[in-house]
Amino acid sequence: MKRALWILAVLLSHWRRHPMQLATLLVGLISATALWSGVQALNQQARISYDRAASALGGARTATLVGSNGESLPQQIFVELRRAGWPVSPMLEGRIQIGGRSLRLLGVEPLSLPIEASAAPAIGTSGLQGFLSPPGQTLIAPDTLAELKAAAGDTPLTNTGLTLPPLTPQNESVPGLLVVDIGVAQRLLNMPEKISQLLLGQRDLGPRAPLASIAGGETLRLVEPDAETDLERLTDSFHLNLTAFGLLSFLVGLFIVNSAIGLAFEQRRPMLRTLRACGVSALQLNSVLIVELVGLALLAGLIGLVCGYFIAATLLPDVAASLRGLYGAQIPGELTLRPQWWAAGLAISVIGALGAASASLLKAIRLPVLAAAQPYAWQQAQQTALIVQGALALIVFAGGVGCLLLGDSLVAGFAVLAAILLGAALALPAVLGLVLLLSERVARKPLAKWFWADSRMQLSGLSLALMALLLALGVNVGVGTMVQSFSKTFTGWLDGRLAAEVYLNAASDAQAVEIKAWLRDRPEVQAVLPGSRAEAQLGGWPIDLIGFADHATYREQWPLLESSPGAWDLVARGEAALISEQLALRLKLKLGDRVAVPTPQGSWPLEVVAIYADYGNPRGQLGVAIAALVAHFPGIAQTRFGLRVTPAAVPALVTALREKFALDNRSLADQAALKAESRKIFNRTFAVTNALNAFTLGIAGVALLTSLLTLSQSRLPQLAPLWAIGITRRKLAVIELMKTLSVALITALLALPLGLVVAWCLIAVVNVKAFGWRLPFQVFPEQLVQLVGIAMLASLLAALLPILNLLRMQPAQLVKVFADER
Amino acid sequence: MSDSLFRLSRRGFAAGLALLALGRNARAQGFAGLGRDAGEFAKVEPGRALTFPLDHGAHPEFRIEWWYLTANLQDAAGKAYGVQWTLFRQAMRPGEQPEGWANQQIWMAHAALTSADTHRTAERFARGGVGQAGVTATPFRAWIDNWQMQGGEAMAPATLSPLDVAASGADFSYALRLTAERPLVLQGDSGYSKKSERGQASYYYSQPYFAASGSVTLDGKAVEVKGQAWMDREWSSQPLASDQTGWDWFSLHLETGDKVMLFRLRQSDGANYFAGNWIGTDGKSVQLAPDAIAITPTATTQIGQRQLPTAWRIAIAPRRLAIDTTPLNPQSWMGTSFPYWEGPIAIRGSHAGVGYLEMTGY
Amino acid sequence: MHGKSPLVSLMLSVRALQKSYRSGPDRVSVLRGVDLDVAPGESVALTGESGSGKSTLLHLIAGLDAADAGEVRFGDTLISQLSDAGRAAFRRDHLGLVFQQFNLIPSLSVADNLAFQSRIAGRHDAAWQAELIERLGLGSLLKRYPEQLSGGQQQRVAIGRALAVKPLLLLADEPTGNLDEATADEVMSLSRDLVSRTGCGFLMVTHSARLAAMLDRRVHLHAGLIA
Repeated sequence: MKRALWILAVLLSHWRRHPMQLATLLVGLISATALWSGVQALNQQARISYDRAASALGGARTATLVGSNGESLPQQIFVELRRAGWPVSPMLEGRIQIGGRSLRLLGVEPLSLPIEASAAPAIGTSGLQGFLSPPGQTLIAPDTLAELKAAAGDTPLTNTGLTLPPLTPQNESVPGLLVVDIGVAQRLLNMPEKISQLLLGQRDLGPRAPLASIAGGETLRLVEPDAETDLERLTDSFHLNLTAFGLLSFLVGLFIVNSAIGLAFEQRRPMLRTLRACGVSALQLNSVLIVELVGLALLAGLIGLVCGYFIAATLLPDVAASLRGLYGAQIPGELTLRPQWWAAGLAISVIGALGAASASLLKAIRLPVLAAAQPYAWQQAQQTALIVQGALALIVFAGGVGCLLLGDSLVAGFAVLAAILLGAALALPAVLGLVLLLSERVARKPLAKWFWADSRMQLSGLSLALMALLLALGVNVGVGTMVQSFSKTFTGWLDGRLAAEVYLNAASDAQAVEIKAWLRDRPEVQAVLPGSRAEAQLGGWPIDLIGFADHATYREQWPLLESSPGAWDLVARGEAALISEQLALRLKLKLGDRVAVPTPQGSWPLEVVAIYADYGNPRGQLGVAIAALVAHFPGIAQTRFGLRVTPAAVPALVTALREKFALDNRSLADQAALKAESRKIFNRTFAVTNALNAFTLGIAGVALLTSLLTLSQSRLPQLAPLWAIGITRRKLAVIELMKTLSVALITALLALPLGLVVAWCLIAVVNVKAFGWRLPFQVFPEQLVQLVGIAMLASLLAALLPILNLLRMQPAQLVKVFADER
Repeated sequence: MSDSLFRLSRRGFAAGLALLALGRNARAQGFAGLGRDAGEFAKVEPGRALTFPLDHGAHPEFRIEWWYLTANLQDAAGKAYGVQWTLFRQAMRPGEQPEGWANQQIWMAHAALTSADTHRTAERFARGGVGQAGVTATPFRAWIDNWQMQGGEAMAPATLSPLDVAASGADFSYALRLTAERPLVLQGDSGYSKKSERGQASYYYSQPYFAASGSVTLDGKAVEVKGQAWMDREWSSQPLASDQTGWDWFSLHLETGDKVMLFRLRQSDGANYFAGNWIGTDGKSVQLAPDAIAITPTATTQIGQRQLPTAWRIAIAPRRLAIDTTPLNPQSWMGTSFPYWEGPIAIRGSHAGVGYLEMTGY
Repeated sequence: MHGKSPLVSLMLSVRALQKSYRSGPDRVSVLRGVDLDVAPGESVALTGESGSGKSTLLHLIAGLDAADAGEVRFGDTLISQLSDAGRAAFRRDHLGLVFQQFNLIPSLSVADNLAFQSRIAGRHDAAWQAELIERLGLGSLLKRYPEQLSGGQQQRVAIGRALAVKPLLLLADEPTGNLDEATADEVMSLSRDLVSRTGCGFLMVTHSARLAAMLDRRVHLHAGLIA
């Protein structure tokens, strides 16, 4: 043990003499661990919330009995089933509006609730009576309570004027969900003696009568518990996206680790030999080397985890906003981390470090005590490596093409993306080598010839860093192009969809009538366009039906992707619907197809007459005539409308409405404010992607720097002869800088087509699979130029330090090359 | 973590409902809430005449109430069984009990099937007001989920006979027909059963003369059984004093044809409150003087962390009774939300016979 | 002190040692049956022209490499039959090695370089170390790093490090090959003094007849055999 400690002390002395090297090694490991674990923390946070939502009341983790046509059930069927021995519990679900915010309301019956379904609301020991007895309780997540700007014990009113039981915050509750007693829910949702589903407990209560023998049993359909929740399915793509970025950053970080460890190994070679000569056995030495590496990895991992925590905490609000905006998933704003996260982070750091060091470790294991006599035919070996890598790249590309042609899933889409990136990275050294070889052939002057030849020789040392740069740039170009394409499309689409000048949502139906009457006397108001919204299920997928009036505003401005002739007239008659692109893709609907929407008034047959883009909506959507919607869903709130107003009169009208009817920002918004809000949500969606993008590029820069530092040490023997024949250090420095910049430039230029392919893959493959919408592919040249500029700047910064070293180098050091060449 | 929360809450609820065993934390309110002040609920007063069939039904103006049946049975080979069927009602609030979810009554039921080598139990809960559980007087019917006890058109209110009783759990079930020729028996003083010297009391009547026949099913195997059964009806708003911590209660079918009901209420100061009725072969129910009753444990059984006195010596000197009771199955533990011991016993000594023992608060 | 070592009264004996290397398709015999003895306290110069196998013989004695046939024995210990780890442990505890260059660990100070082998061997002796520093005249250099030393200084540190474990045998491969004549002589005489002071054996490879003459005995290797 003591012996091992002394060996370790000798090994560690190297870092004391080379703190920069230690710093790069640690920076590499820290950044790799930080980004990876940061992304994992975000994913984990989201998964915990989904899981909680799923295992919460009304979640999908419990088997349920539902009406076979998706409609609500009479409460009596619950009693009939219980009396036939079925361990069922009734539940009523709906949405209510409080202060303009729409919330999910869940009515439960705690006594019959299956144990396994009761995860979320803790109705405390003294609480059951409090929950069941008047005034009862409304269980609510603290986050949601804060969003409502309410305090515990408040009894808010719904927009229909009904009073909620006192709000009772519960940490276990799902954000955005209110849980009340089923009797209370029936009152609030105005559905007396109705239930929406029956939870079926897992506990065996003994014999039960067959479903068919129970009155009303034939109308029931069993829905098995879902291992994967809707939210998980919906958000998979988002998390896959995050994970892909985390992995990319991790790998780029490992490039740094690899080059730092490689350099350290080369420099410690004499030390290792001396140790062996002085009687340290190979086994001992290698064990201590691994212990040293693991120790460093643990240290860096720990720091990386702390950084990862801060990265996650910084990005969480954006992630949460994206998930809410895109999928309606509610993620609490506070990061909670499980012990497994810390363990996994340290493990990934150690595994990453061992992986990145494997080549060096293998060399150390095989290190002969006696210096090898044969000169290393590295030029030839490099050639072979290039050929092998190139062949691998071709295989990977072929695999990617296969995935593209045969695959139909999101995973296949990402596989194509991965194949493109990996293939490009593998092919890079070969392509660069070819370019440099051609340049060398073309060059006339001896110094220029040497310039290209030497660049080519440097290639193997730089190739890992250049691969990192290529990947980072390629992904940046790809994602940037996608985001820009999306942004441009989205803006145009938003203009069409938000055609009315003012949007308002009255607090109640009564107020809505009042407001309409008041508006009639305002000459600047050209039209009042009522809107309404109902929820239903189609093909097992939750959908929204939005009702709109037959008005020129829609006919002229609603951007449709495709439509049948006479579409608007058919919709106005209540016989047809416009459907969102996502819904069309999901249910494989095309123009002319018919759908049957379950409604409280029975099935509603509708013809698909148009398909429109509905970016950012996780739910399928059907646009129908408002009159027909109200007829099929009696009792839905009719409180929303859009106003067509002379643009100049908008501010005055908004002010007047606000004062007259005490409407807040949520309930009353002009078009400009709404668009700004939508764009804000949109921008936050990509804030995370952009942040990770920037991180990745930064890490690629560090990788380049460390590689160049490594190279500059070993390049002295190549430079010294040039110096000796009379080329000044200044000139040498300029040549070195030019060489670095030229390979970086070639790499950056190669990254552009790669990035565009990545963008195409994201837009045409991944987006369609993940979100259900397709975007027009656009190229943004300014953005490309900008990225190349950034890449060159990063390369310049990375090259600067080694160049300055060279400039400041004492002639004696260059002479030494000749003096003690091994 | 939180899957136990509702279980916890049920337990908490049971602490309020609380008929049986004793939650340690409930001592402050006497016997798990049974010692709570009656408040606005109706009070139990001496001298009220019980009327049937009305009093077979529920009494929502009182806080708590139960329908409690125990049966000592044998199969054709002479193997002994015990059956329990119990329905409890508790009102969370006094006053009108509307139909629908606003109804403030909670129902809890226990069923058990005991033999010498096994003891199976099941438990059910329900809200009142929606039809999942309830009791009606005419025609008499008490039910929760698919468990029931019903009289039908032919039932005579004075004898509460005939009755059909059925219950099932995951691993047992039973269905019995109960018949009795003799009228109901009023316990205590004409149905007014005192539970302490400070006025706590309940209304209490029994039908100890049921002959039972039917089948019991254990692990899917049905067995025909016969025997005798005892039904207790009791309701109150505050049946126990706040310092009473549990009870030991006996129902005895003596071979002489006499029936005996005895109980001992244990107080936190170590003193006991004794009461009982001797129902002679003539059907007359006579209150026993507290000092005439001597009840002493003779053996204990370890169940989990608890020590339960499962064998007893009982002496009632004026009646020349001196017997020893032994349990059919000492492990007759009701591991329900609110746990207690309840099981069939055999009687030897001056008199022979069978009966049921219930012990709470251990 | 050395009397306590079980090996001290025994000497190095090399018998019929053979070693060949693969060179392309051929095998080249470097040693073809070498016999050699070194007594305790004896200093032996191993000379021979380039390629005669001097260094190979030294490496085999040091256990840095394994012989094809023959034996290397220190008293009862048959080095040539030990495993790599066994040879390493023997080297660590009982041998001192000095090469022409790269003897020192660049990242350790002179003081730490002097001490590390004895520390790893678990036989660090502060008094002996102080004496070595004194005799080698390294007192003012202790905090320096190898790159800040002259060649002669570096070799003095290397000798100090090799002797710090109080070895049975000091093995040196052209230790003064990089030094000028005056420095080389100085290093040589220091080594001889110290070797005689510790009573250990001394086997030095050299191509210099002048240096060889400074030792007790000279053995000449020619074409893989002792001449």
